[in-house]
Amino acid sequence: MTMLHTVNKSPFERNTLESCLRLAKKGSAVLLFEDGVIGAMQNTKFSEKVSQAMSDLSFYVLGPDIKARGLSEKKVIDGIKVVDYNDFVDLTAEHNAVQSWL
Amino acid sequence: METAEGVVKKFCYMNRKAPYGTIYALESLEVVLIAAAFDQDISLVFADDGVYQLTKDQDTDGIGMKNFSKTYSALGDYDINKIYVEKESLEERGLSVDDLQALTYEDEDDDWAEKNSLFVVGREELTALIDEQDVVLSF
Repeated sequence: MTMLHTVNKSPFERNTLESCLRLAKKGSAVLLFEDGVIGAMQNTKFSEKVSQAMSDLSFYVLGPDIKARGLSEKKVIDGIKVVDYNDFVDLTAEHNAVQSWL
Repeated sequence: METAEGVVKKFCYMNRKAPYGTIYALESLEVVLIAAAFDQDISLVFADDGVYQLTKDQDTDGIGMKNFSKTYSALGDYDINKIYVEKESLEERGLSVDDLQALTYEDEDDDWAEKNSLFVVGREELTALIDEQDVVLSF
């Protein structure tokens, strides 16, 4: 069983995504939601860092939060899975613990 | 403190947060619309994550929150027609002006011609713009 890490703040605003990437154990899952979805987008200052972390972590991003911010699911970094609220619940249930980075 | 009627001050609303994740963007918009009634010289600045407030095609159906992005296009009717977006903030986020909604106003001094009110400005220009303000309100 692995841990699910959730990040709900923009990497431009807080350093929670960077802390999460630094401290999450290999094999863990990371779900980006609310303003955290900004960390899942292509061509930002943080895209490269997230792409590099994908060799050790599996990434998910909440689709409704992408749409709300006028962003496109097509511009999500390759390899990050776009999920909905039902998937969010499943992810929570599938992992043995949830670490919410605040 | 000048409180005499007729004094027009330069007010700048500094918007630096993404919409919906926090209440700042909506609160700023509310305050701007209230302040518009006082006939002051108003500028709006969108920098850092604030640039996400102006993205087009925002769709909040999936998060159960009110989509207030349409309200920005009404700012022109309140004589708010100086809206500045920092170029470097867009670039750091892989965004361009094409990702933002078009904002215009009707110029009463020019036969109500429709004119652009959204300006992408560089860091140096923005620095000068902030420096010349009487009041800067941060959101």
